[in-house]
Amino acid sequence: MSSPMNGPMDGDRYGSAGSANRWAGEPMSEPAEGPATTADPVLLIRDVTKVYGEGEATVRALRGVSLTVERGDYVAIMGASGSGKSTLMNIIGCLDVPTTGTYLLGGADVGALDEVRLARVRNRRIGFIFQSFNLIPRMSALANVELPLAYGGVRAAERRRRALAALGLVGLSDRVGHQPNELSGGQQQRVAVARALVTSPTLLLADEPTGALDSTSTKDILAIFDRLNLGGKTIVVITHEDDVAAHAKRVVRLMDGRIVDDRRQAPVDGPPPLVDDRSPTGAMSER
Amino acid sequence: MNVLEISRFAVRGLTANKMRSVLTMLGILIGVAAVILLVAVGQGSSDSIKQRIQSLGANTLTVSASFSGGFGGPAGGRGGGGGAAGPRTQARGLTLEDARAIAASGDAPSVKSVSPVVTSSSATTTYEGASHSISQVVGTYPSYFEATNKPVTSGAYFTNQDVTAVRKVVVIGKTVADELFGQVDPVGKKVNIQGAAFTVVGVLKESGSTGGQDADDIAVAPLPAVQQSLTGYGSLGSIVVQATSAEVTDVAEAEITAILDQRHDVTGNATADYRILNQASLQETVTEATGTFTVLLAAVAAISLLVGGIGITNIMLVTVTERTREIGIRKAIGAPRGAILGQFLIEATLLSLVGGLLGVGVAVAGSQFTIAGVQPVIVPQSIVLALGVSVAIGLFFGSYPANRAAKLRPIEALRFE
Ligand SMILES: Nc1ncnc2c1ncn2[C@@H]1O[C@H](COP(=O)(O)OP(=O)(O)O)[C@@H](O)[C@H]1O
Ligand SMILES: [Mg+2]
Repeated sequence: MSSPMNGPMDGDRYGSAGSANRWAGEPMSEPAEGPATTADPVLLIRDVTKVYGEGEATVRALRGVSLTVERGDYVAIMGASGSGKSTLMNIIGCLDVPTTGTYLLGGADVGALDEVRLARVRNRRIGFIFQSFNLIPRMSALANVELPLAYGGVRAAERRRRALAALGLVGLSDRVGHQPNELSGGQQQRVAVARALVTSPTLLLADEPTGALDSTSTKDILAIFDRLNLGGKTIVVITHEDDVAAHAKRVVRLMDGRIVDDRRQAPVDGPPPLVDDRSPTGAMSER
Repeated sequence: MNVLEISRFAVRGLTANKMRSVLTMLGILIGVAAVILLVAVGQGSSDSIKQRIQSLGANTLTVSASFSGGFGGPAGGRGGGGGAAGPRTQARGLTLEDARAIAASGDAPSVKSVSPVVTSSSATTTYEGASHSISQVVGTYPSYFEATNKPVTSGAYFTNQDVTAVRKVVVIGKTVADELFGQVDPVGKKVNIQGAAFTVVGVLKESGSTGGQDADDIAVAPLPAVQQSLTGYGSLGSIVVQATSAEVTDVAEAEITAILDQRHDVTGNATADYRILNQASLQETVTEATGTFTVLLAAVAAISLLVGGIGITNIMLVTVTERTREIGIRKAIGAPRGAILGQFLIEATLLSLVGGLLGVGVAVAGSQFTIAGVQPVIVPQSIVLALGVSVAIGLFFGSYPANRAAKLRPIEALRFE
């Protein structure tokens, strides 16, 4: 990004992505949805279960999971394939509903929200990164990143400014006009990260974000996560790779729908353990 | 997220698969164009029929002999002599006396003029080298011209003196003049009709009627002259009666009926041996018939519009299924249900609206040409109706797939392969 992003705030609810204070570790302006205070954990789930199917074909994907994630934490969820990681993540991301149990997001009960409010929560408070990128085909990188802002009701000029800033953050300023099929896997995932970031969500969720990437692209994504967490962003990432989990401050292990291990690797208010503390874009290779 | 924004998504969705969008629009285009054009054709033919009837003279009644209804009814006669439908006296043709009775009688105040008519068809006519078979030679009185709305462009009508003096003079139609004389002015020239020499005194104005029989292939001469040289002195072909105004044609019809019934001994339930053709009531009947015709055409066209609408549902369902994953992504990043619903509804409505507008264009262009011998006349209401219906079709047929898209749960949509 060539221009400094310190423009007037227009009075809307979003902080501007990529503005300098993000990197200084200041808490971001919270999109108010319910009586959230900084004291509330970002995420609090209690005794959540999820049962798929009925009768003979019943699968108990989650068998009572309780988890609290504090503001600024960086959590890796590990576990064998089929242990319920994705199921848990989809519930946290408000894409699916638990069979039983409660889920509080920033102190507000998600289960009590109607369809319209749920859409708003997905739009403003959660950034979701998928293993398979899930960009919309035949739309430029810029248009893809602008999309959440469009659904959030941000005006066109402001939207463009923030989308460009978010793409700058992930080192793709020179690829804004490219469509997904004109980008490498690593670049597509970085566009997806920019899209997840652009609304300044409270919580960044990633389901095996590096699962489809080579080692260099994996490093890029992990470096971005490290710096985002250093800037105060709460991150929950699913992975089955120890290398990825090593970047997190806390590692939670799932087995057969239960948490079997919860280990802290670094304090919540400190930097992530493997952060590469140089200039924001310097560490990123441009491909 | 305003409507404009959602419309932009919709346009992007449509342009992503141009061929499919164009083909879907084609269905609506054809439907709308068919509705407008067929209604225009119906209107055009109705207009031209009305015009043709009008050109015969709006307030005329034509009395002609009727021999139908059986001479005493052969079936009834055999079955047991004189059934309930009383056998009428021997049918008589119309005579000059009948015409005189109508004209002279003080019992027919609504009658303005009476013209007895005899006709001879396919009369071979020659002038110098040229020869032409006139399809209709009419022998009548001068009042015939006014009653049947036949003005002359050059020369004059023949007169009552011509009639009483049995002069062989003739007024010819445009076709006859063209065929026999070409560029030469026919007035004053002598033509030979079936061996008798007639002097042309006038040329009729072109009636301009289209289709069927050529109304300009006609020659009109004094009644006795035609009887003498062509038809003989038998009964009349018909009697053309002009009423004093269009409003009193029905009254005039009743007056004539009274006079003729008496003269022809038609009493009680006996069937009359003549019939009266009333232009005004004919026009009503024809207007009704063409109205039905137009409605039928419109109904056929409406079906094609419906088929186009089903095409929209079909394509929108395919689109929604194909883009289920995309819908899931949009929902995962916070698209509200209304935005998804709006996008697909607008896509469907755009398809039908653009298709409809193009259909109007095609119909307007197509109406410049004559179709099946009819010059279409566009009815503005049909444009409004067809466009309105096509937009309604887009909304109606688009709402099911759009609703399906909007109701998808994000995780189900994302898992969709
Ligand atoms: N939509 C579904 N319907 C039925 N069973 C499912 C569905 N999604 C996941 N499961 C089952 O739930 C269990 C947990 O799945 P998942 O959360 O995807 O595991 P992970 O992401 O850890 O590999 C698996 O046994 C899987 O087969
Ligand atoms: Mg998984």
